[in-house]
Amino acid sequence: MIPAAFDYYRPDTIQDALALLQTHGDDARVMAGGHSLIPMMKLRMAEVPHLIDLQAIADLRGITVDGATVRIGAMVTQHDIIQSADLARAAPILREAALQIADPQVRYMGTLGGNVANGDPGNDMPGLMQCLGAEFILTGPDGTRTIAAREFFEAAYMTARAEDEILTAVTFAAMTGGYAYEKQKRKIGDYATAAAAVLLTKEGGRCATASIAMTNLSDVPVWSQAAAETLVGTDCNPDAIKAAMAAMDGDIDPGADNRGPVAFKRHAAGIVLSRAIARAWSRA
Amino acid sequence: MSKKMQITLTVNGEVQELLAEPRELLIHVLRERLNLTGAHIGCETSHCGACTVTMDGKSVKSCTVFAAQANGASITTIEGLSTPDNLHVLQNAFREHHGLQCGFCTPGMITRAAQLLADNPTPTEEEVRFGMAGNLCRCTGYQNIVTSVLAAATEMSAAREAAE
Ligand SMILES: Cc1cc2nc3c(=O)[nH]c(=O)nc-3n(C[C@H](O)[C@H](O)[C@H](O)COP(=O)(O)OP(=O)(O)OC[C@H]3O[C@@H](n4cnc5c(N)ncnc54)[C@H](O)[C@@H]3O)c2cc1C
Ligand code: FES
Ligand code: FES
Repeated sequence: MIPAAFDYYRPDTIQDALALLQTHGDDARVMAGGHSLIPMMKLRMAEVPHLIDLQAIADLRGITVDGATVRIGAMVTQHDIIQSADLARAAPILREAALQIADPQVRYMGTLGGNVANGDPGNDMPGLMQCLGAEFILTGPDGTRTIAAREFFEAAYMTARAEDEILTAVTFAAMTGGYAYEKQKRKIGDYATAAAAVLLTKEGGRCATASIAMTNLSDVPVWSQAAAETLVGTDCNPDAIKAAMAAMDGDIDPGADNRGPVAFKRHAAGIVLSRAIARAWSRA
Repeated sequence: MSKKMQITLTVNGEVQELLAEPRELLIHVLRERLNLTGAHIGCETSHCGACTVTMDGKSVKSCTVFAAQANGASITTIEGLSTPDNLHVLQNAFREHHGLQCGFCTPGMITRAAQLLADNPTPTEEEVRFGMAGNLCRCTGYQNIVTSVLAAATEMSAAREAAE
């Protein structure tokens, strides 16, 4: 469990980190909390001759809620998210989800930026970011660009981020209405067998808007517009929830693995979604 | 092999300077270079928490932190919590309440519990269970560990009140 040797860098600024990425090209990688990357390096599934630790870059930290816009620096940890009173007000679903990630030790180290940049279908934040309609801010040698979370994930471990870009922050509109993050896992600290993020708003006893995203049920997170559309206009009664489950089932594409066969994954996906809708509705 | 780098750690209050390869894991530095063998290696895959130490006020699994990453940090291990003649409240509570059997998980349990009580001095039973979820024990069934942590919390609160 000893990784291959590497040179270590701890730049203080985004510019210095970008310059290191330029100099070392494919041989370089940035590290945030290291809680996905270090296990991969220990297993020698990742070899990183030049490791660029982002921990000293102050510009990558901080949570700001400015009116209705939330901005979270890439190096904000899951622990920071749980502690943030501002986020608890502006986007309580984030806290609810972060509390279901891993365990306390991992949450002290694991960052929001690393969780989404990783591109692991098992990570919880990518689906949640799609549910929130978040945007990712990327900075590279040619400047800064913004890309929607719903367009970021291309395949397992493949994202729209170019190798010489750094994810600097995530932004989204403060949420309104009801919310729930529901996750089925085999044991504490495990990745999801299936998870559902649900946001919805209510007007006159009917669902006015809905957003639904599913985790670890395909090689990318699944933002299911079809499932959300079936809910709009209903009062989220059991039949409406069943219809949303069926629509969602058409959008996911789980594979069999040690968390279970495909039929079980589909079953678990339906259950977490129905629970999440019911809870979100009760809070709307 | 990559170049060794100069690493400075404050471990249990003492400044330690050493040369290490960046890829060395913090647990190996603690155990093999500094002879602090309290933190254990249970799984080496970030799951069991036996290697838990406190780094700058955070409980971390030291098998999942590079020596280079820890450079400049302040680390507390189980050895830093007490002396053999003067056990920490948590250590006494684990002894009193049978919070250990084989003892392999105990340094990680107690180090984590110390940080948990620093963050939340009066936890509920549920908060203790949730806050200790990163530490596995193969012997006790956890009940006595939870009892021990709660007992220590009560005792530490009483001591704080008495001091005020
Ligand atoms: C025991 C255990 C259980 C876990 N359980 C869960 C779980 O249930 N749910 C879950 O979501 N996660 C889980 N994780 C993963 C954990 O949340 C990780 O910390 C997280 O996925 C990655 O964040 P990090 O900051 O550690 O990133 P790192 O490991 O440092 O980086 C991950 C990847 O992202 C890249 N990267 C990181 N930051 C940036 C950036 N700013 N710009 C560009 N690229 C970047 C890195 O180059 C690397 O390829 C678990 C981890 C462990 C060890
Ligand atoms: S040895 Fe580090 S978590 Fe098990
Ligand atoms: S006392 Fe034996 S592993 Fe916990």
